[in-house]
Amino acid sequence: MGGAISRSWSRIGAVLYKELVQMRRDRITFAMMLSVPIMQLLLFGYAINTDPRHLPAVVSVRQPSEFSRAIEAGMVNSRFFEMEGVVTGEEAADRALRSNEADFVLVVPDDFEARLVRGERPQLMLEADAADPVAVGGPASAMAGIVDSALAPLLDGPLADMAPRAPPYDLIVHRRFNPEGITSHNVVPGLLGVILTMTLVMITSMAITREAERGTMETLLSTPARPIEVMVGKIMPYVAIGYVQTAIILLAAVFLFGVPIRGSLALLLVAITLFILVNLSLGFLISTVARSQMQAMQLTFFLFLPSILLSGFMFPFRGMPDWAQGIGQVLPLTHFLRLVRGVILRDAHLSELVGDIWPLLVQLMVIGGLAMLRYRRTLD
Amino acid sequence: MSEALPSAKDESGPPAIEVHDLRKTFGDLVAVKDLSMTVPQGVIYGFLGPNGSGKTTTIRMMCGLMKPDGGSGTALGYDILKEADELKRHVGYMTQRFSLYGDLTVRQNLNFIARMYSIPNVRERVDETMEEYGLTQRADQMAGVLSGGWKQRLALAASMLHGPRLLLLDEPTAGVDPVARRDFWDRIRDMTRRGITVLVSTHYMDEAIQCDHLCFILNGVKLVDAPAADVPAQSGLTTWRVTGRDLRRVSDALEGAPGVEQVARFGDALHISGADEAALDRATERWRAEPGLEWERRKPGLEEVFIHLTAQARAAQADKEAA
Ligand SMILES: Nc1ncnc2c1ncn2[C@@H]1O[C@H](COP(=O)(O)OP(=O)(O)OP(=O)(O)O)[C@@H](O)[C@H]1O
Ligand SMILES: [Mg+2]
Repeated sequence: MGGAISRSWSRIGAVLYKELVQMRRDRITFAMMLSVPIMQLLLFGYAINTDPRHLPAVVSVRQPSEFSRAIEAGMVNSRFFEMEGVVTGEEAADRALRSNEADFVLVVPDDFEARLVRGERPQLMLEADAADPVAVGGPASAMAGIVDSALAPLLDGPLADMAPRAPPYDLIVHRRFNPEGITSHNVVPGLLGVILTMTLVMITSMAITREAERGTMETLLSTPARPIEVMVGKIMPYVAIGYVQTAIILLAAVFLFGVPIRGSLALLLVAITLFILVNLSLGFLISTVARSQMQAMQLTFFLFLPSILLSGFMFPFRGMPDWAQGIGQVLPLTHFLRLVRGVILRDAHLSELVGDIWPLLVQLMVIGGLAMLRYRRTLD
Repeated sequence: MSEALPSAKDESGPPAIEVHDLRKTFGDLVAVKDLSMTVPQGVIYGFLGPNGSGKTTTIRMMCGLMKPDGGSGTALGYDILKEADELKRHVGYMTQRFSLYGDLTVRQNLNFIARMYSIPNVRERVDETMEEYGLTQRADQMAGVLSGGWKQRLALAASMLHGPRLLLLDEPTAGVDPVARRDFWDRIRDMTRRGITVLVSTHYMDEAIQCDHLCFILNGVKLVDAPAADVPAQSGLTTWRVTGRDLRRVSDALEGAPGVEQVARFGDALHISGADEAALDRATERWRAEPGLEWERRKPGLEEVFIHLTAQARAAQADKEAA
């Protein structure tokens, strides 16, 4: 019995060693596995910002006044806007938006000042290029507050009762976990899930399909090695790669992007290990369906797209329609994102994360079970 | 490791392989149809048949690599269905297509295979095998860049590493030059002298002739199964060998004549064969009286036998489809 187990381990070791030698020879894939996380980190971490600042704006006013200048200054100070000058006339204002010179036009009517002083509630219009709703949403909703505080110092003395009155309550918005609303704090932990999904699923499914495609599976199957030994030996190097990628991303998160890791590292490791296992079993399952490495890659992308779009990585999960949320629920990435964001950003505890741990466990068992069922010990 | 048994070619004793009514279908295609075979121990068993006749499929079923859809059998006394795991330890299988790792060196490939079989003293065993197969100089070459002949030699070495008692070789010499082929067959004969049973599939008749026993299948159906020496007689084919001047005229005249099935050129001679002896003799009668030609009755060659069998089976099938 002991002999059988040690023979089993030595076969696993042989497969593992063989896989490492092949991996080392296949420099391009190896380089990809390490450079993909770095590239994606730089792209997503630095380039993408869903909370843009300094958007170009112009003011449409015939005769700039004290009031319009105060509002302009308030807009600049808010950092939402970058003032690109003054235009006159409706046509010029329209052109500024159409030509994409400006994302916003603040239209100050000629009689704004006069009517304001008379207490007539004059209109002030902010025209926005709302083709990209996400980009203009923040600045547009901040505008009312900007105008209020810009005008307040001017409305004193005889105009004092025209100043906006404080509402009869105090609303306090407390932006927790990411008070400054830094996109990368949310994106970088999410990237961990995206990168692990892409590389692990693709690479394991391709590594296994490769044996079938090159005919070496026939040799493997004709030896006394058991499928589980072959699988474990083949998968172990990729588990290691998963951890290396994790380390790269977490180090970058902390040192490049200043993402605070607030929760327990041990809990994070548990979540990551679980997720790596789910992805490996998914790769394994794909390899039992795909007939060639090309098909394995295509199937991986077929799964990857909804994972990115519907998991809450790209877009807020709760903003999606019910059917999309339903699809999202069966994607491992969805639950993993909640786990990592929970642990890293919110210092969530195990008891608060159970709701996303058990779905991953179920997925692991279902996917792993399906893969084992489909895996053939023979060539047919 | 293999025991050095005395040469045993008497085709008695427990067979190395015995299968009954093996059947394998791929969708609508019946690749192997109710095939029964007995491979005596210690022989070279030639497994012949045209492309797509089901040789590879049969061999795969014999070593537990494919599950038959019907039938049963044993190899080396192990049930090919239920004891495939144990069986694999004692069988060496050389695949038709080179299936070692092209991106590993010769030594790495052999080391890997040796470990998969849990062979003790891997290093010595691999060194010894490389020496035996002349691979030592190429130990550090990538298997993928070896020439065809060397690849075959490496594959044979790999399938012999664990000292199997039964060797299944699927077209081991396809595309290999004559010198390497001769070397290969010398090795095979050597193995049977050590008591190893060898089943080998081939398309080369000069190799078939060196086998002790022949089995010919077509479309998954067995047509001939006999000791090699008995095959020509069993085929029922009659052959005339003609030498002399102007053989071209003879072949033009006899090609397609009633009773004449095959007219084939062999070096400076013409072989004319037919299944119906009387009809063949009638067709050739006039030409046999022709001066300057020398006629001789001889045993049909394997090539003629197999062309005959293939044609016969295909005609029978065409008849069946027409009916
Ligand atoms: N895995 C498979 N799936 C579907 N069809 C198959 C499969 N393997 C073999 N076949 C079909 O079964 C038939 C027998 O194939 P097999 O490879 O056993 O023939 P063979 O005698 O070895 O031929 P060759 O001399 O060309 O190697 C062929 O028609 C082949 O197309
Ligand atoms: Mg074949």
